[in-house]
Amino acid sequence: MTAADTVLNVSHLSLSSSVQKNLVSDVSFSIAPGECLGLVGESGSGKTITLRSILGILPPGIVLTGGSIEKHGSCAMIFQNPVSALDPLCPVVSQLVEVIRCHQKMSRESALVQADELLRMLDLPVSLERLDRYPGQLSGGQCQRIMIAIALACRPDLLLCDEPTTALDVTVQKQIIAVLRNLQHTLEFSMLFVTHNLAVASALCTSLCVMKQGTVVEKGDTKSVLSRPQTEYTKLLIRSVLPVPECGKEE
Amino acid sequence: MTELEVNSCSVWYGSYKALDCIHIQIEKNKTLGLVGESGSGKSTLARTIAGLIIPQTGEIVLESQKLAERRTREQHRKIQMVFQNPDSSLNPKLTVRQILSEPMLFHKIVTRGNVESRCRELLACVQLDSSALDAYPRAFSGGQRQRIALARALSIKPDVLIADEPTSALDVSVQLSILDLLKSIKKDLGLTMLCISHDLGVIYAVCDSVAVMKQGRIVETNTAETFFRHPETEYSRLLLSSVPRMETV
Repeated sequence: MTAADTVLNVSHLSLSSSVQKNLVSDVSFSIAPGECLGLVGESGSGKTITLRSILGILPPGIVLTGGSIEKHGSCAMIFQNPVSALDPLCPVVSQLVEVIRCHQKMSRESALVQADELLRMLDLPVSLERLDRYPGQLSGGQCQRIMIAIALACRPDLLLCDEPTTALDVTVQKQIIAVLRNLQHTLEFSMLFVTHNLAVASALCTSLCVMKQGTVVEKGDTKSVLSRPQTEYTKLLIRSVLPVPECGKEE
Repeated sequence: MTELEVNSCSVWYGSYKALDCIHIQIEKNKTLGLVGESGSGKSTLARTIAGLIIPQTGEIVLESQKLAERRTREQHRKIQMVFQNPDSSLNPKLTVRQILSEPMLFHKIVTRGNVESRCRELLACVQLDSSALDAYPRAFSGGQRQRIALARALSIKPDVLIADEPTSALDVSVQLSILDLLKSIKKDLGLTMLCISHDLGVIYAVCDSVAVMKQGRIVETNTAETFFRHPETEYSRLLLSSVPRMETV
């Protein structure tokens, strides 16, 4: 794959802090247009800081010590906890309109029209268009939809998702996954999806990258990684997905 | 034989009704799983049973003995709880030895001379090395801390153990080992358990029967087998269908 037909190309990325050398070492992956790459691993495996380094928002004290990140196009990010990612003192549609105006340089009126369109696309209550509400007055799932709307308002070529469904209930998680899948289909952006849940990753991602203690231990397309895991660690992660029997089926 | 019974319990937070006339029963040596979405009242119910919240109406019966508003020390001892987040439920300024021995001395489970050996026994029971006794909670990983919290709950020989989302703050690979530990401890010590989780996989792994909560009410109570194979209510079916599954394997 040449650099021209990738949206993101991360090669030999290394990140360190003063306390711990090699938080992430020699991580390489690339994302093609329309592809969804899942970054899977447990806490402390370096998923989130890899994601943050792509957007250039590393926490203070962590520095890039090697490798390169090539972006071809714009990026937007969705965070784990939607309630804390939104400004609690500003009504949600105003936040959305602000982002649209800032990124697309348009008037308030046309920004509102586009905001309405995004709200409808994400199945948010239409009442929001007339009566704007604060993040605290919405449910967690609704806040996450607003975050997705804000991220999409930048018309990104690449959407970075940092455990977007971990703070949500299973029923809401299912809706958000469906929303992301549909939007990706219609708007044709690429996704980098960070999660610790292999089942969620398998529902969304076309390829997987398994991380452990700052290194990539296995990568490949989702089906082959899950059906023929090569490393012990991937096998362990797969074993850790607790089974739930299918409704209405006998064993 | 019914070990624990909750009879028409209601709890209000101000004008908000968190629990609405709850009835549940747990058989001796069985595990009841409590599932539901956030805000459905699972944790409120657990805290009510543990005596941390006093219900406005209704009663809690333990071994056919009604628990009064103020429980005796003995009644407190019989119901113990393991919380969701081990980082915030262990006192960071106490060593593991202090954490484990304090409740044992308070409830006069062992004499001062035998505390040390009992502590070692407890750590062995949760599969931790006895060298852990002098360390502080910060020296341990999340999974190890949850084991310490479990050892503390077990230290005073409870009859009923309430596990409130015992694994949701932990990594998936650690989750499995904690669930195995819960199962083996329950079997060895003959505990009655109430396990709360929003993760149906956890419930399937440890529970004998399941109660589904929604907006402060119990909408379905069933054996685990029936609940997972043939759920009776629409809401249970919705919950079950929402679980993400791996497509292959």
